[in-house]
Amino acid sequence: MSVMHKYIRSTKKFPHLWCAGCGNGIGLSALVRAIDSLGFNRNEVILISGIGCAARAPVYVDFNTLHTTHGRALAFATGIKLVKPNLHVVVIMGDGDAVAIGGNHFIHSCRRNIDITAIVFNNRIYGMTGGQCSPTTPRGEYATTVPYGNIDYAFDICNLAAGAGATFVARGTTYYARETERFIRKALEHKGFSVVEIISQCPTIYGRLNKMGGPIEMLRWLRDHAVPIEKVRQRWSGESNLLKEDLGGKFLTGIFVDREASEFVSEYYKMAARVRSETRRKTKQTRRKR
Amino acid sequence: MKKRKRAIPSNGDIKLLQGNEACVHGALLAGVTFFAGYPITPSTEIAELMARELPRRGGVFVQMEDEIASMGAVIGASLAGAKAMTATSGPGFSLKQENLGFASFTEIPCVVVDVMRGGPSTGLPTSVGQGDIMQSRWGTHGDHPIIVLVPCSVEETLHLTITAFNFSEKYRTPVILLLDEVIGHMREKAKIPSKADIKVVERKRPDVPAHAYQPYEMTADLVPPLADFGSGYRYHVTGLTHDQWGFPTMRLDETKSLLTRLKDKIETNRPDICLSEEYLCKDAEHILVATGSAARSCKAAVDAARSMGIKAGLIRPITLWPHPRRLLLHYASSAKRFVVVELNLGQMVLEVERIVAGKTAVESFTRYDGELVTPEEIVSHLAEEE
Ligand SMILES: Cc1ncc(C[n+]2csc(CCOP(=O)(O)OP(=O)(O)O)c2C)c(N)n1
Ligand code: SF4
Repeated sequence: MSVMHKYIRSTKKFPHLWCAGCGNGIGLSALVRAIDSLGFNRNEVILISGIGCAARAPVYVDFNTLHTTHGRALAFATGIKLVKPNLHVVVIMGDGDAVAIGGNHFIHSCRRNIDITAIVFNNRIYGMTGGQCSPTTPRGEYATTVPYGNIDYAFDICNLAAGAGATFVARGTTYYARETERFIRKALEHKGFSVVEIISQCPTIYGRLNKMGGPIEMLRWLRDHAVPIEKVRQRWSGESNLLKEDLGGKFLTGIFVDREASEFVSEYYKMAARVRSETRRKTKQTRRKR
Repeated sequence: MKKRKRAIPSNGDIKLLQGNEACVHGALLAGVTFFAGYPITPSTEIAELMARELPRRGGVFVQMEDEIASMGAVIGASLAGAKAMTATSGPGFSLKQENLGFASFTEIPCVVVDVMRGGPSTGLPTSVGQGDIMQSRWGTHGDHPIIVLVPCSVEETLHLTITAFNFSEKYRTPVILLLDEVIGHMREKAKIPSKADIKVVERKRPDVPAHAYQPYEMTADLVPPLADFGSGYRYHVTGLTHDQWGFPTMRLDETKSLLTRLKDKIETNRPDICLSEEYLCKDAEHILVATGSAARSCKAAVDAARSMGIKAGLIRPITLWPHPRRLLLHYASSAKRFVVVELNLGQMVLEVERIVAGKTAVESFTRYDGELVTPEEIVSHLAEEE
C-alpha cells in the first residue's frame, strides 16, 4: 500500500475533481509523504485551504480539514494555531488565493512569523474559474482576461514572502516531486512561518492558452526551466535569490530563506505568562500594603 | 486607605460602566477565550479591554490585519474549541459578511458585536445610528440562519453578551450583538452578576466513536454536536453545500435538507430565542416599536404621553432577528397603530409592516442626522397625529 493510500478518503471523496494531468495531485502527495515521513499523529494535523482547484486538496485526505473562503485560509489558520499551538497547521492555496485576494493575510502571516506552513500551488492562472489571469501570470502570457497578452508584472511569491519576513521560503516544482517533498518536510519541521511554492502545471487551461502542449510537455518545460539556486550561488557567490535577467525566462528553485526568529504563538504565550505572574505579584504587594 | 484600582470589578459589585466595557464583562463571564479584531470607532474599547484582560486570564487576544481576517480567525478559534468573539462597526461589519456567512452555513458558534455608527459608508463615525438593522439579517449572501440581539442599557449589554454566547453555543450559529453608539459609549450603573447568578451554556460535543461522528447529522433537535479540531474526530468543514459528514454535495435532496434544517433550527426555537420587552401595552392605542437607544427615548415618551392622556405603549424587540412575530400580532388586534421609531430611514418598519400585514396601521418615525431621537419629538408626533 502506498503512503498516499493510508491517507486518502478513498470511499468518501473519490473520484476527485482535478483534470487528468493536473499538477495538484503531485503537490498533495508530496505533502502527504512529507507529513507521513515525520510521523505526525494525523489527529494533530490540520489542513486548511481557501477556494480554487488547489484549495480542493484537503477534502481528499484524512486529517482535520477545513475549506474556507477565497483567500482567507491563513486567517482561519491563525485562529486555530493560537488556540491549539500543539497542532500542525498547514495551509494549501492557489496563487490567486495566496497573493491576490489573500495577499494581505499572506504578508501579515509572514510578518508575524506564526508557526504555520503555507503551500502555494502556483499554476500561474485561475484554474477553478476557467483561466483568468493571476498576479503570477508572467508578462506576455495569455489568460482569458488577458486575451491580447498580459501587460502586468508578476509577483515572485518567494521574494514576497522573504521580504515580508517569512523565516523559511522554498520553491519546488511538480517535476522534481521528491525535491518538493523534501522542502515541505523541512518547512513542516521549521518553527515559524514557512512557505513552499510549488510551480505546477495546469494543462487544461494555462497549457492550452499558451500553447505549451499537454501535461508531459508542461512537466518537461518545468524540468528545463527550473534553475537550482545553488547554481546561481556558485556563479555569483553571495548573490541574492532575485530572479536575474540572464536567467532568460527560467526560474530559481531551492531553499531561499531558512533562519531562526522568535515565533508569534510562543511569544504570545510567553507574554501572557509574564503578565499573569506580574499580576499575581502586584496583588500580593497590594495586600501587604493594606 | 488608598482605594485599589481594578480593571475589572469583581462579581456582585455595582459599577459605573460604559456599554462597550459591559460587553467585555459579559463576554468574560460567558467564558470568552478568544478575541480577534481590528480597531474601529465606536467599538474600539471592546478590543482594548480584551487586549488587557484576555492574556492574563489564559485567553488569546489578537489584532488582525483587517476585519475579514478577524472574522476568519474567530471561526478558526471556535473550531478549535474556543469561545470566540469579534467587535466592529459598520464598515468593518460589511467586511466580515462573507466569513460570517461561512460561520452560519458551517454552523460554527461565535459572537460578532457591531456597534452601529451614523450613516452609510464612513458616515458619522462618532455619532449614533441604527443603519445595520437589515445588514445584520441579510448582510451575507444567500439564505442563512442568524440571531441578532439588541440591548438598550449598559446592564442589559452585559447580560445579552452572555445570552449571545449561550445562543451561539446552543444553536451552533453566529450571534450578532447589535449595539449602537449611544449604548456602546454611554456610562450608567450596572450590577456585575456573580457566576452563580448566570447561566453559561457550552456547545454539545460528540460522544460517539470517531468513525461514527457526523458533524452535520440530522439530529432530533436539529443541532448536531460539534467536535473540536484536533480532538481525535477528523472531519471536513466546507462552505460548499455539504452532506452529513461535511463533504461537498450537489445532491438535490441533501441540499434541500441542509438548508431546511438550518432554517428550522432557529424557527422551531423561536419561543426560546425571541426575547422582547413590552411596556404598558395592555390598553395602549398607540404602540411604539423600537430597539436600542431609540427604545430609551420611546419609554420616556410613553410616560410623557400617558401623562397627557394619550394611551401609549412600547414593544421592544430584544431579539431583533428572528423578529418577535407573536408579540406584534398579539397587539396588532388591540392597538390603533404601531409607530416604529428608529435611527435610520426606516428599516425595522419594513419587517413590522410585513408581520402586521394590515391588521393595524404602521407608521415610521425616524431620525437619521446622527443624534438620538428625543422623547419630546416622539410625543409631539403622537399628539399631532392622534
Ligand atoms: C470572494 C470570491 N471571489 C471570487 C471567487 C471566485 N473564484 C473561485 S476560485 C478563484 C481563483 C482561483 O485561482 P487560484 O487561487 O490561482 O487557484 P487555482 O484554481 O488555479 O488552483 C476565484 C476568482 C470566490 N470563490 N470568492
Ligand atoms: S483547471 Fe487546471 S488547475 Fe484546475 S484541475 Fe484542471 S488542470 Fe488542474
